[in-house]
Amino acid sequence: MNLFKIFSEIEQFDPEATERYSFYSRRNLIKYGTNLAAAAIPTLVATTFNQAFAQATTPPSAAAIEVANFALTLEYLEDEFYRTGLAAAGLVPAADRTVISQISKHETAHVNLLKTALGAGAVAKPTFKFPAGTFTNYTTFLATARAFEDTGVQAYKGQAATLINDKDILQIALQIHSVEARHASEIRRMQGMKGWVSDTTQTSFTQAGINLKTLTGKSDDAIREAFDEPLTKDAVLAIVKPFLA
Amino acid sequence: MSKEQKDSGLTMLPGQLEPVMVGRRLFLRYAGAAVAGGAVLASCKDEENPTTVPSSVDLGMGDIGILNYAYALEQLEAAFYTQVIATPYTGITDAEKTLLTDIRDHEIIHREFFKAAIPVANRITDLTPNFTGINFSDRASVLGTAKAFEDLGVSAYNGAGRLIKDPNYLVLAGKIVSVEARHAAAIRDLLNPKSADFAGDDIVAPTTGLDPATKPADVLPTAQKFVQTPLSGANLPTA
Repeated sequence: MNLFKIFSEIEQFDPEATERYSFYSRRNLIKYGTNLAAAAIPTLVATTFNQAFAQATTPPSAAAIEVANFALTLEYLEDEFYRTGLAAAGLVPAADRTVISQISKHETAHVNLLKTALGAGAVAKPTFKFPAGTFTNYTTFLATARAFEDTGVQAYKGQAATLINDKDILQIALQIHSVEARHASEIRRMQGMKGWVSDTTQTSFTQAGINLKTLTGKSDDAIREAFDEPLTKDAVLAIVKPFLA
Repeated sequence: MSKEQKDSGLTMLPGQLEPVMVGRRLFLRYAGAAVAGGAVLASCKDEENPTTVPSSVDLGMGDIGILNYAYALEQLEAAFYTQVIATPYTGITDAEKTLLTDIRDHEIIHREFFKAAIPVANRITDLTPNFTGINFSDRASVLGTAKAFEDLGVSAYNGAGRLIKDPNYLVLAGKIVSVEARHAAAIRDLLNPKSADFAGDDIVAPTTGLDPATKPADVLPTAQKFVQTPLSGANLPTA
């Protein structure tokens, strides 16, 4: 799932994309800001992650706080993407609104969870921009959604080892990670794809020094699909960068 | 994907049939633990049915114990989907069969991976499944069980992550758990297409957006219902 590729394809389709597309009017920004502020953050949410961060024995490491802010940035992006999509008239077909709304609900919850946990240390929400067609063409919207979800899965996975000494925070990151994978599976299936990733860039068929191709005799695709690969932070940021205004 | 990502973790030494999962020092430590575990096992008895039930299988301790725990769950899932494909339920569609065959293959790959990765001296035996409660000719029974297995797998991996000491194992568990979550969503969508169920409020907490994370002590009693072999997680890490 290469977002750059999606964008270049979109631009080829609509060369005036960048000029014509007005990403976020100031009014929209204010509206979203208010919505976020108004969203009541349940006490339960506050305690869940606050405990992980503030809990007695060991305060979160600087690395864990950095990971949480990195995650928050991704969740801000996903949250704004789905809420904007749902608000765009005629974009999400009636038959799909339940699914998209459920995903949107989770992304908002993730933002609230991470923001609450980080408190004053939370990064501010960046201003995002989305390419032309994102919120007018449902095929483009779904393609972008899939890219976001698969990247989210890979991004959380890539940070797990950094959290190995922050057990409570690690666990919550894993609990978000698998939800992103549920989303990715569903979005892929709505696109008529498999719910799993037959990533052809993975050609070694080796995990932990074990050659799964000779070991199992299963198809190349099945072996690729059986393990989701992580992405480094830099790789994720490179994917996300075009969305930062 | 970088080479480091692909090769993180374990290495195959020349001349060895089994990949070496742990350093020699670690291996010796775990081997010692296995001997100690054997003594515990010997004292275990199945009070209800001592003649027919195979002797109890201790998952072990430390990271190897967690790998055995994952291996047990993958054995269970692989056996289940193998049966599903061998005896398809009434009215199964081609699309459903394709999807369930994919999942079967993924679970077999997971099972074989753990089997190869865990040093043979510390690896649990092949488990005998107990699927007597499942009606394999009935779609609702099969998919309902599949849903339960996948959700259980996700919450088990999520709960085990914090118990893992070696970051390479943690990344490996992470590579598998998201695939289980993808399965869970797909199965749930088969049961109730295009509803919120793929990540429903019954499983993903609506206010936090979190999947469950379940401790081995809480997962094993559920898994045990589907395995004849008695499993013991008594020596698994708890924190």
